[in-house]
Amino acid sequence: MLVKPKKNFLQRFYLVEVIKGLGITMRNLLFAPSVTIQYPEERRKYSERFRGMHYIKATNGVENCTACMLCPTVCPAECIHIEAGERPDKEKYPVKFEIDVLRCCFCGMCEEACPKDAIKLSTIYEMSQTTRQVYEKDFLLEQRGNK
Amino acid sequence: MEISPIFFYLFAGVALAASAMVILKRNPVASAFSLVMVFFAFAGIYALLDAHLIAAIQILVYAGAIMVLFLFVIMLLSADVPSFDLRRAHPVARAVGGVLSLVLFGFFVWAFKNSPSPAPLGNFTAENIEAAGGNSRVLSELMFSEYILPFELTSVLLLAAIIGAVAIAKRKQSLPTEGRRK
Amino acid sequence: MFEPNLYFWLTIAKFAVIMTIILSVAPVMAWVERRGSALLQNRLGPNRIGPFGLFQSICDAIKFMFKEDPVPGHVSKFYYSLAPVVSLVPAFMTFAVIPFASSIEIDGRIFSFQLANLNVGILYIFSIASLGVYGIIMAGWSSNNKYALLGGLRSSSQMISYELSLGLSVIGIVMAFSSVHLNDIVAGQGEAIRQLGPWALPEWLPIPKWGVLIQPIGFIVFLTAIFAETNRLPFDLPEGESEIIAGYHLEYGSMKFSLFMMAEYTNMFVASSLITTLYFGGWHGLHWVLNLVPVEGLAREWTRIVLEMAAFFLKVGFFMWFFVWVRWTLPRFRYDQVMDLGWKVMLPLSLGNIFITALAVYYGWM
Repeated sequence: MLVKPKKNFLQRFYLVEVIKGLGITMRNLLFAPSVTIQYPEERRKYSERFRGMHYIKATNGVENCTACMLCPTVCPAECIHIEAGERPDKEKYPVKFEIDVLRCCFCGMCEEACPKDAIKLSTIYEMSQTTRQVYEKDFLLEQRGNK
Repeated sequence: MEISPIFFYLFAGVALAASAMVILKRNPVASAFSLVMVFFAFAGIYALLDAHLIAAIQILVYAGAIMVLFLFVIMLLSADVPSFDLRRAHPVARAVGGVLSLVLFGFFVWAFKNSPSPAPLGNFTAENIEAAGGNSRVLSELMFSEYILPFELTSVLLLAAIIGAVAIAKRKQSLPTEGRRK
Repeated sequence: MFEPNLYFWLTIAKFAVIMTIILSVAPVMAWVERRGSALLQNRLGPNRIGPFGLFQSICDAIKFMFKEDPVPGHVSKFYYSLAPVVSLVPAFMTFAVIPFASSIEIDGRIFSFQLANLNVGILYIFSIASLGVYGIIMAGWSSNNKYALLGGLRSSSQMISYELSLGLSVIGIVMAFSSVHLNDIVAGQGEAIRQLGPWALPEWLPIPKWGVLIQPIGFIVFLTAIFAETNRLPFDLPEGESEIIAGYHLEYGSMKFSLFMMAEYTNMFVASSLITTLYFGGWHGLHWVLNLVPVEGLAREWTRIVLEMAAFFLKVGFFMWFFVWVRWTLPRFRYDQVMDLGWKVMLPLSLGNIFITALAVYYGWM
């Protein structure tokens, strides 16, 4: 429904309102600070809980992951692919750990599901690439945060 | 006042070519664009004759206002159908049209050949006009003193035409909706 | 045998200066528009290339020139290619009669700072400016695209509606200074106002007789109409991004598109010059500086000319900025609002203005 706002005489005349509007924009030009973040030099400060690029946490150079398959199970985008293997000391470990980041929706459920505190989402958000590659295990093992 | 022959032939040539385009173009919008060119060339010729006011008015009124209105109407009616197809015309109509246009052309040639040369000049020569303060001043003084009655009559005529057009448009709108639906 | 003298070279120089100014208006204004809009909206705008991002326009120009120039298959090629030129040329032609400084005497001849002194003056401007719409109509029609056609249609109806009030609002100025020569109008604005209605003003009050002071209603109508004529916001219905995408230049790209942009900015420049000339005293306003500079003779005359040009172009610059300022302040009108404003408000206002001015002139109040 079209509701016509009530206007008084001066507002109907419109010219005064135009001049007021010009005053508002000029005030913004002169006094309001710019909100632009000059990206490569300045960066936006995100929250500590920001969910960005993945990594697998390692303790003493060995990944925490035991290939329990909880994260690929819980993943709604089905982007995690793990092939489990055994170490000589009968410890289970992921032979392959791949994240298809093109499918990932960064919901962070893998992080919540992980019993070993292994898969983590760092605060890194610059993830653009020129090829459609998945994140391999070696890439994920880089420690990108201290979560 | 000598007209520079180069510019005269340039403008006249453009006017002739564009006039031919007006009738030869299939699309009415393209014809209208060509007609604008004709007006522009005429304005150039007027300006060469030192009639700057007429030249300006020619462009302002004909090219700037009337043709824009024409184009507006043509585009609004989306008259993309060719207005006239020469190949489908009846042979008799074609023959009669050809003969008539030749006769008209001959008449023009005859009229120009037999007109007294040089044409008689009135009071308003280029020098007199220049001395009296330019085209626009002389014309407007004449228009609002000696020729005030024809001027006012013309405006009344135009007003009548406007009111008539509004009346016709309004009457059509007040018809019941069933009557308008085809 | 033709002997080129100083006068001849000065005339050539005048043409060169004017053409340089007109041609550089578009890139500079593109930068002003982008930076200005950004600052008005609390952003920064392009600031990377060159000082204050000034070279951004050069980059844009280079990009426009070397981009592929695609011609869609469904356009009518001749008119499609002609349209940008048709919209640009009238914009250039209009500036010819605008005086940007008064005259100077050199070798016993009066050298005027105006490309052509026609005795139809302001009528020439209106007649040429009214041709600018053909570029838009031609582009809209030849693009063979429904949005482009809508843009062309809107433009033509808008032009017809506002050309009336534009012309009628200037009649008041013509009556007040009793001349259509822009030179006479500017010269008349150098005098002081001696009459306020039936009351005479005291001699010592130095209020200049600027058009805006003696024709306030005419000025408002003129300003509104000239915004509509240049297709700038709040009257940019022919482009209307949110409704008809880009309107008439929807099918254009690369240099052809940039010609439309140039035409828009050149029209803005001419419009600002017109506002300055008709309503803000043209080249008047900086003559008082002349008393501060200790120069004599011909040098003094040239200083005067330079000051006049400075005054003129400062005012023009302000109005160019005003165009940008208004663009980023007011939203676009709805189509019926544009028509209502044109026919029901502006036209009666301008007619009433003529009536009032006629009364004032008759009773000697002006």
